[in-house]
Amino acid sequence: MVDVVKPEEMIKIDPTPPSTNWMDVPPDFSPGKFPYPSQAKSLEAVGFPNAREWSPADEDWKLPENWQQIIHEGFKERLDKYRSLKVFMDSCVRCGACADKCHFFIGTGDPKNMPVLRAELLRSIYRNDFTTIGKMLGKFAGARKLTPAVIKEWFSYFYQCTECRRCSVFCPYGIDTAEITMMARELLHLLGLSIHWIMDPVSNCNRTGNHLGIQPQNFKEIIEFFCEDIEEITGVTLNPSFNRKGAEVLFITPSGDAFADPGTYSFMGYLMLFEHIGLDYTLSTYASEGGNFGLFTSSEMMKRLNAKMYREAERLGVKWILGGECGHMWRVINQYMGTMNGPANFLEAPVSPITGTKFENARDTKMVHIAEFTADLIKNNKLNLDPSRNDHLKVTYHDSCNPARGMGMLDEPRFVLENVCNNFHDMPESTIRENTFCCGSGSGLNTEEIMDLRLRGGLPRANAVKYVHEKHGVNMLSCVCAIDRAVLPPLMDYWVPGVDVCGLHELVGNALVMEGEIEREMDLRMEDLPGKEGDSDE
Amino acid sequence: MNLNLLFSLAAILVLGCVGYFVPNAGLQMFFGVILPYIAVLTFLCGVIWRVMKWAKSPVPFRIPTTCGQQQSLPWIKQNKIDNPSTTTGVIIRMFFEIFLFRSLFRNTKAEIKDGDKISYEWEIFLWVGALAFHYSFLTVLVRHLRFFFEDTLLKEKLFFVGIIETLDGFFQIGLPIVLISGFVLLAAVLFLLSRRVLNPQVKYISLAADYFPLLLIAGIAATGLWMRYIERVDVTAIKQITLGIVSFNWTSIDVMKSVSGTFYLHLFFICTLLIYFPFSKLMHAAGVFLSPTRNLANNSRMVRHINPWNPEVKVHSYESYENDFREKMIEAGLPVDKES
Amino acid sequence: MNDKIKIIAGLIIFVAICLSPFFMGLGSDSNKGPDPVISETAKKKGKCILEKTEMAKQHMVILDQWRNSVVRDAQRVYTTKDGKRFDMSLSNTCLDCHDNKKEFCDRCHDYASVTPYCWDCHINPKEVK
Repeated sequence: MVDVVKPEEMIKIDPTPPSTNWMDVPPDFSPGKFPYPSQAKSLEAVGFPNAREWSPADEDWKLPENWQQIIHEGFKERLDKYRSLKVFMDSCVRCGACADKCHFFIGTGDPKNMPVLRAELLRSIYRNDFTTIGKMLGKFAGARKLTPAVIKEWFSYFYQCTECRRCSVFCPYGIDTAEITMMARELLHLLGLSIHWIMDPVSNCNRTGNHLGIQPQNFKEIIEFFCEDIEEITGVTLNPSFNRKGAEVLFITPSGDAFADPGTYSFMGYLMLFEHIGLDYTLSTYASEGGNFGLFTSSEMMKRLNAKMYREAERLGVKWILGGECGHMWRVINQYMGTMNGPANFLEAPVSPITGTKFENARDTKMVHIAEFTADLIKNNKLNLDPSRNDHLKVTYHDSCNPARGMGMLDEPRFVLENVCNNFHDMPESTIRENTFCCGSGSGLNTEEIMDLRLRGGLPRANAVKYVHEKHGVNMLSCVCAIDRAVLPPLMDYWVPGVDVCGLHELVGNALVMEGEIEREMDLRMEDLPGKEGDSDE
Repeated sequence: MNLNLLFSLAAILVLGCVGYFVPNAGLQMFFGVILPYIAVLTFLCGVIWRVMKWAKSPVPFRIPTTCGQQQSLPWIKQNKIDNPSTTTGVIIRMFFEIFLFRSLFRNTKAEIKDGDKISYEWEIFLWVGALAFHYSFLTVLVRHLRFFFEDTLLKEKLFFVGIIETLDGFFQIGLPIVLISGFVLLAAVLFLLSRRVLNPQVKYISLAADYFPLLLIAGIAATGLWMRYIERVDVTAIKQITLGIVSFNWTSIDVMKSVSGTFYLHLFFICTLLIYFPFSKLMHAAGVFLSPTRNLANNSRMVRHINPWNPEVKVHSYESYENDFREKMIEAGLPVDKES
Repeated sequence: MNDKIKIIAGLIIFVAICLSPFFMGLGSDSNKGPDPVISETAKKKGKCILEKTEMAKQHMVILDQWRNSVVRDAQRVYTTKDGKRFDMSLSNTCLDCHDNKKEFCDRCHDYASVTPYCWDCHINPKEVK
């Protein structure tokens, strides 16, 4: 771990580009400036090529002998497979509208974090390898030869992009840097270059069914532990089922929610909600991961991991799938799942068994987001809610990048929030909804060793929280993403001390008045509810 | 030293000298007739080639950038334009994108103020400049149709050309009437160029390929204005040349020789632009139609999108998973498919 | 891919628009140019206020100056280089000699598709009769 400077120092950002041409500025691989490389064994576990031990800090990256050929052919293959890549390579006019839309550029001032320049890192090779003008005019046409230095630059900067798509909102041609980063990372994976924080979860997920490598018996134990806590808080006994055939609904959420606070409180919220409405559901240990770090490696790996959801739903014979709060999970489900692993004809178009509402928007994929599900329950008055239990909280809401810009789920969570708490304040318009800022650690960058970069990338988000913290006294940042729940707490501690982080369904769980429950004196964190101890004149 | 700018300036100067001096050295036929044919042919074939090259690659996934509320529960108001779920919605979204540059309209400028507050102010100038540039260029282009069609046709069928010219000369200043579009075009090009020179970030990302077309278009606009308002070239002779080209019935060499070097320079710049177009970033004009983040409906949970190359992949099956963990599962009381 | 049909259709429309001048112009002999007629009256006068080539380039500018001079400054007299004086008037001076607007003015204006707004206010005296 490298020491991180103080916030007052970090925010002194100089966005002035260097006088040297960007092609001649080498990337920084000093400690703390790069994520740790993946171990050979996690690449081998999923059959990725060119597995080896290496380090970005080394001069020699031990590239395979024919690495240039691999990149050239891999590039060509992807140009033939993805129109997006071709169009995005050819269409950019470098107007610069995307430049200051990137949280990493705002936070670092590094010109190569301008989305346009990040894409140029790839585009310069495209021009050299695949266009006549590039071959003829070289540097003047923005082309350059593929050298090991280029590969190093790719590794540095395509792991300084969180695939959040904010730049794509502002691009007049809709050029999406997330697409470009995905392609670049796929190319790097062909050379065996990947990062530990992504490949380890991927190989875990492949074997154990979840990123964190939680084995089936432990998964069950964790959930049972949650149930004990719930019983202590509410007096209600829960008996969730696992891998149960014949349940109506399969519920899948990111394993992060089973693993660490504050995600765990959201998991408790889910369990309480299902108990309250009497949902016939089951959890799976085989498909115990909602998230999909495969998305950050290659489309094939993403497909392999995602396939488990449908396979398990088919094996268990459920009618449809309910998905928990997670960001990139929903990019995959909304934009890729049906295409990759559908059609899921063994499932039925989702209908809420409680309200009878048919989820028309999920009729093909047969997977519903829990915020959609809960919003429908609340709208139909199926939940008994006491929002005053969240009165000690002044809540704001962080739109996670993927549900916002890869799905458009903006009003459902807000509707839920407005019904489960009394103090809700949105952040400024240019930082929420489709303009939302990334947490700074998405797309597999939530690793400790690059904390400096993460804090910088998270600055725009934190700064907007600070605004509502100072203006409205906001002390709780809610979100619908497991990575957010893992990375926003250190971000808040650094930039906006005094603001805590929670999932949407933690607040739902707090407000839920369950049948047969005891007078609540604690919230789901087992902290005393202010004004509730011994005070019962409701 | 802005090498990319200097390189482009040098290229324009060389092209300018060629376009101004060479035709009147007895090469009017080549520069006034043959080159325009080559240019139009290259432009059209090049555009078709490039677009078909794009079209050849499939769109494997439905990846619209959703910029508003999705279609969800019936009581939640969908943003049908920025997050369309129907073809109609997509058409409206594309209309706004192509004709009004909607995404660029959103542009903001991020700045750190008072030491620790980041502000995002609406930054409209790029949008205004871009819109002014493209629409004045279009107007100029439409006005020039009068050189390519006979008058009777223009008056009877293509009357919009006359209407646009009348509107363009709305202020009725001077004679020949000042047509605003030409001046707006030049001003907008110079504004866009000044951004590339003055804004440090934009300067840093600018390639020679960014300065060159701007300078070229500035050259086209400037020579056009020069001919109309200062040199006052003989438009009837020019129309003889242009109509000669489109009717494949070329005008006499005497007429071609009577036209000044500025006209040949203007024409040469245009031919250069046409030839350069399909092989450059100017293809964004076609690219914007094919951008998968804009031209697709966000309905992939409702209707299955087909990926033509959807690969067969090796999935770690439930069976292998159970084989791996069977004992532990049985011990924990988890149901299993096979007892041993 | 069914979107290929849409793309090809778009390209065909685009190419058709670009080539429309060629379709419409094919085989025309419009390259010959206009053929303005100098009327008998004008021929008799022999000389205009400037040389012919100058007049071709400058007549619209002169008319604009004349209009401003007459309307704003009430100055109605134009003196040529060789000292001849003319009344600044389109209808009375120009059209007096060039009494064949249709064969003289309109020939070139029509050919080049120029629509001067002189005739929004002025009338051709010959046409009134």
